[in-house]
Amino acid sequence: MTFSADPEFSSITATIRLSGELDSGSAPQFEQVINDVAGRDVSRLVLGMEELAYLSSAGLRCLVFAQQKMPAGVPIILTGLQPDVAETIRLTGFDRRVQIQGRADA
Amino acid sequence: MNSRTEPPYDTSPAPWLDRIDAYPTQHICGFQVRPGRLFPFGATEVPSGINFSIYSNHATSVVLVLFRRGEAEPMAELPFPASFRIGSVFAMTVFGLELEEVEYGYRVAGPFQPGQGHRFEPARILLDPYAKMLSGGQTWGKLRSPGAVRGLVAYEDFDWEDDGPLQLPYEDLVIYELHVRGFTRHESSGVRAAGTFAGLTEKIPYLRQLGINCVELMPVFEFNELDNVYTDPVSGLPLWNYWGYSPVSFFAPKAAYAATGRQGMQIEEFKNMVKQLHQAGIEVILDVVFNHTAEGNEKGPVISFRGIDNKTFYMMAPDGSYLNFSGTGNTLNCNHPVVRGFVLDCLRHWAGEFHVDGFRFDLASILGRAPDGTPLSNPPLLETLAHDPVLRNCKLIAEAWDAAGIYQVGSFPSYHRWSEWNGRYRDAIRRFIKGDDGTAAEMATRLAGSADLYERRGAAASVNFITAHDGFTLRDLISYNEKHNEANGEQNQDGDNSNNSWNCGHEGETDDPEIQALRGRQARNALLLLLTSRGIPMLQAGDEAGRTQHGNNNGYCHDEPSWFDWSLVQSNESLVRFTRLAIAFRRAHPVLCHVPQAEPPDAAGAPPGLSWHGQRAWVADWSPQNHLLAAMFYAAGPVPDCVFIAANADWRDQALELPAAPGGLAWQLFADTGLEPPAEICEPGAERPLAVPGQLNVKARSTVILTGRAVSPATHRDEES
Repeated sequence: MTFSADPEFSSITATIRLSGELDSGSAPQFEQVINDVAGRDVSRLVLGMEELAYLSSAGLRCLVFAQQKMPAGVPIILTGLQPDVAETIRLTGFDRRVQIQGRADA
Repeated sequence: MNSRTEPPYDTSPAPWLDRIDAYPTQHICGFQVRPGRLFPFGATEVPSGINFSIYSNHATSVVLVLFRRGEAEPMAELPFPASFRIGSVFAMTVFGLELEEVEYGYRVAGPFQPGQGHRFEPARILLDPYAKMLSGGQTWGKLRSPGAVRGLVAYEDFDWEDDGPLQLPYEDLVIYELHVRGFTRHESSGVRAAGTFAGLTEKIPYLRQLGINCVELMPVFEFNELDNVYTDPVSGLPLWNYWGYSPVSFFAPKAAYAATGRQGMQIEEFKNMVKQLHQAGIEVILDVVFNHTAEGNEKGPVISFRGIDNKTFYMMAPDGSYLNFSGTGNTLNCNHPVVRGFVLDCLRHWAGEFHVDGFRFDLASILGRAPDGTPLSNPPLLETLAHDPVLRNCKLIAEAWDAAGIYQVGSFPSYHRWSEWNGRYRDAIRRFIKGDDGTAAEMATRLAGSADLYERRGAAASVNFITAHDGFTLRDLISYNEKHNEANGEQNQDGDNSNNSWNCGHEGETDDPEIQALRGRQARNALLLLLTSRGIPMLQAGDEAGRTQHGNNNGYCHDEPSWFDWSLVQSNESLVRFTRLAIAFRRAHPVLCHVPQAEPPDAAGAPPGLSWHGQRAWVADWSPQNHLLAAMFYAAGPVPDCVFIAANADWRDQALELPAAPGGLAWQLFADTGLEPPAEICEPGAERPLAVPGQLNVKARSTVILTGRAVSPATHRDEES
């Protein structure tokens, strides 16, 4: 499945909707989007993950990368995680560092 | 949310020079390549590619074999050109590979001359000894054939935040030995990721509550759980290599122990486990096997070392056959200069990359043997590990014997760095508890930190234990006189015959309430002595809840029967509570862990730091028929600390005259295993005064612990409020 990461901006929130598989092939693309978002003045980052089917080791690194790139104090909110993706994030402990919610527009 | 602090300087990207060697110089099989970097060995991510480096002192040529992930046939075979070799190191950078989509191995050419020790077989594809992750073993019990295991390339970065090894003092450790799979695989564990590193992480609250501060993990390096030639005599089904003391790889954590192994995230899952354990104040020690590999003797599988440089990696007899000091067919040639480097690289990897706090070395005496098997007085490997800068603060613990007759408990070449599994402690405490004649004096020595063995190194060199994975569980130690290993498929011939166990009157499980009560006392006597002995106490996971192997003292080959049944934590709640409180008591009384700097002189009424007593205060009876041990630990200081231990292994009650508690303290009762639970122990700090001050009746096969407490009227009021 082709990966895509599309950012949208509202007044204070950046929302990136992810779809496909986030792995070593697609990770550089996502990192570019993160770099772009991190350069703007937003106070929270929402990652809409309803359409994200798979997260590999490289993909998990991207989430850590996003957390490190965003200014301190900007919360990262993951929404709509598919069960496998949610489980991967939990098993590797990254759930302790972000907020996980049900839906992207929540 | 974000714990990073902002640096007080400009963090905009500094000017960065690109490397001038990050470009391909030639094509091989359609891949862009260039001569690689020699270090580090293994497969490593570099800009725009992956660097492969492998050494072999006797190989004539090497081929890098690349696979698309999950495919059986190679996608390419890239011979190392002569110019890609420096010394005996073959290194190549391959560009354009997607890290997560590649598996790799090597073909290594050289002589096949078994009489000279060479066993090169270029027809086989071999596993890189430095592989950081393996493919083919993601699901327990479904390993791809061992000869077809491939290396995976790992991301080696991890956001540890501010985590580091805890560096707890040796003396303060309470070690808990566990099997990663067995600890949470049972459905009663209640964890979501049963039988995995993540499952262990989920059980951290239990470990904290129990009070241990160090977990020792039985082998977590990749091994083949199907590697067992024996079958179950009843079902005829093959038995397991459940414990895993047979490494296939030394750098790779076992994928089947990771809930995320299928996504290739075993390293992240492992690191997260270490990080969470550290946050809970719990250290991580790995049980490591460097004495042999899973390749066995000449009849064993060819996986890695045998085909890469057999003569370097294994101890060989002059006729080219394998020397076998490990009892498994081969012996790693660990004092060969090249292999020493390999072992050191591996330990540095686990200490540096994985933040583990220490290592327990299986059959460590083998690590002191020369390439021809001769025991060395100053083994280079042991010396190197003792003085290595990366390992400087790692705990190093030796199983100070091997399978070929060396027994070095008390004499392992330690360089003042190595501790030892004190096998003599285990034997002494078992014999004393059981009531053998002539054991009280040795038990006294063991309780006091085994100065006969560790006078120069101190008690921290002594890892004290009653039971470990190898042998009976605690419950079985008090329920069986004999081993019952029939299910191991060797007609009960395997396993140790000298267990110093006692079944308390009936072989195996029984409904007899008297025997059950006696066993309850015996378990408590053992735990209480262990947790009041100087040295490092080690518990076997499950012993606190009465885990049984039904008399099997060599459970290496059983999977499900070895799992920790967590319903025992409820049904044996009182023993779990007892263990928790005994650990808490140890931690509340430093005098049990630390020898006072200068023992107070036996003047002005102050007792020595450790004194021995008997039925009469200050008069110890060391005759062989005596089964009573009474000791007083005392440390002066701003807050005096005093503990009195009376262990009666006799079948009769014994009345003791107590020494006066020093420093204006009064004796109070912490534990008396002769009392019915829950009255047999209390929360540290909630001790109660003695019924008859100055006297103590210690019931048959019971242990009493007293502590000296300042009892002013004010204290009484505090306690009552």
